[in-house]
Amino acid sequence: MTTAVLFDNVSRHFGAVRAVDSVNLSIVEGEFFAMLGPSGSGKTTCLRLMAGFEQPTTGHIEIFGETAEGVPPYRRSVNTVFQDYALFSHLSILDNVAYGLMVKGIGREERRKAAEDALAMVKLPGYGARRPGQLSGGQRQRVALARALVNKPKVLLLDEPLGALDLKLREQMQEELKSLQKSLGITFVFVTHDQGEALSMADRIAVFNEGRIQQLGRPEEVYNQPKTRFVADFVGSSNVLSAKLCQRLGLKSSFASLRPESVAIAPAADGALSLSGIVAGRSFLGATNRIVVDVDGNRIAVASPAAQNVPAMGSPVTISFAARDLHPMEDA
Amino acid sequence: MTIVAESFVLPERRSTTGRLSDFFWRHPHVLLTVLLGPPLLWLGIVYLGSLFALLLQSFFSIDEFSGLINYEFTLATYRQLLSEANLDIILRTVSMAALVTLVSAFIAFPIAYYAARYARGKWKALFYLAVMLPLWSSYLVKVYAWKLILAKEGILTWLFEKLNLLWLLDAWLALPVVGGNSLSVSYTGTFIVFVYVWMPFMILPIQAALERVPANLIEASSDLGGTPAQTFRHVLFPLALPGIVAGSIFTFSLTLGDYIIPQIVGSSRLFIGQAVYAQQGTAGNIPLAAAFTVVPIVIMGAYLWMAKRMGAFDAL
Repeated sequence: MTTAVLFDNVSRHFGAVRAVDSVNLSIVEGEFFAMLGPSGSGKTTCLRLMAGFEQPTTGHIEIFGETAEGVPPYRRSVNTVFQDYALFSHLSILDNVAYGLMVKGIGREERRKAAEDALAMVKLPGYGARRPGQLSGGQRQRVALARALVNKPKVLLLDEPLGALDLKLREQMQEELKSLQKSLGITFVFVTHDQGEALSMADRIAVFNEGRIQQLGRPEEVYNQPKTRFVADFVGSSNVLSAKLCQRLGLKSSFASLRPESVAIAPAADGALSLSGIVAGRSFLGATNRIVVDVDGNRIAVASPAAQNVPAMGSPVTISFAARDLHPMEDA
Repeated sequence: MTIVAESFVLPERRSTTGRLSDFFWRHPHVLLTVLLGPPLLWLGIVYLGSLFALLLQSFFSIDEFSGLINYEFTLATYRQLLSEANLDIILRTVSMAALVTLVSAFIAFPIAYYAARYARGKWKALFYLAVMLPLWSSYLVKVYAWKLILAKEGILTWLFEKLNLLWLLDAWLALPVVGGNSLSVSYTGTFIVFVYVWMPFMILPIQAALERVPANLIEASSDLGGTPAQTFRHVLFPLALPGIVAGSIFTFSLTLGDYIIPQIVGSSRLFIGQAVYAQQGTAGNIPLAAAFTVVPIVIMGAYLWMAKRMGAFDAL
């Protein structure tokens, strides 16, 4: 396995702000890698460090074994799909897509053909003569993708590329991106604040907070075994059980996470753990009902199938869950 | 106490302005007419009307004996305009205007670029102050100040002398056309003052155009492999072009029409503005003065048409 991108203790400071703080990561060639986190968590700065728009304050970056520090963006075989697409408004779609080939001095006819092929690949054949202003958001997104991919980059960077699209289009693009990545075999590095997007698309996820990687692993690991309270909360809004509750349930660690869908409103069966409380809130989410149960001041969310009866507000209930669904965490 | 209003419709305001607001809200086109009417009338009648009257004058001729205007349609004045002496004036003015515009654009672009891309907070305020400050003082004072600076006894000659570069200045002044007895009586002097006086009119439109160029387009070009020079040529310049054209319209047309700068600083040869001044004043030849003013209008029209053909406004 070749390492596509390597961060060795990389920091990027802006004055007193540590946008990226001692980050170590290694992205494998051909991997779909997601950097997930809230805004200001350092994920976009990491992407910009890979693209060459930022230089690390300290630390070392390698891309396919070559040192990246001091290499300007235009000499990196890395291309970016920008958040708001950054299409050249004064150029036609074809000239936009062919731009990278044009500045590299490839002949007019050859780059026209390559650009048309790239447009066909993103399902926009025959759109070359139009202007970016005449396209919808989803179409512009595809053009931005074609414009980057036509250069056959070693790594493709995507900065929240689906953020501006509506839900239906976003789901469709997620599938297309995923299959495109599989067929091309190019390493994709994807920045997003949408945990669902990261979970469904990525081979591995790095969860960022305050400039640091909180957890790095496969989607199932990150989702089921959050290492920190932040990850538990950010990825899928887990319940975080306080030290007191952990003690009562006989756990050694001071904190534990519990997925809402692992909890049932029912008396404990054999071997299961149970707690009792009163219903403090309920909302209808379509496939499920979200019921919040107050257990001695701890609010525990339960994802209850919509078919089940919803207990009335303020009524006493017993909640139960399997001991293996309770995941101890390192810190608060 | 309830926080919900008593009725759905709030009570009418009894004042005149209150009633006026209601009226204008119901009839927005009336408000538009009231706001736009006077300036449009001014523009249509006073401004364009007088310009049209001026153009009309150029098709009349002057009676050489009585000095009175002969109100009959004729092209005689234009024939006169195209005489060798007058063509000389036109050529001189147009060359000067073109050169002033070109050099202004070259000097203005980096300043505008810095202001649009990098200057923030107080540096931006300082930039605006520095660019606008010269416009606060009288134009005449500035031109006379430049006459003193450029004079043989002036500070510039002194500076060249102190730097042991007097030979350079003398060599420049010995050149034909651009040279002269001193900078203050040479075309070089006229050129320097023109560039100085019109510079803000070039910087500000370019800065406004560059301000509108999204920063990520520069990054996108770089990301796609464009070197800084390629990014400038294929992205920055085309997007800034409307601003450069707007600025050049100012510098070009202002130079074409100016009659004070070449009179105070420069050789005694006439520019279009001076010719107009002389024809309508001392010579009393209004038709020829009018014909002279048509020249800049025609040139600017042709310039804009060419700029449009070349796609200067595509990025608007």
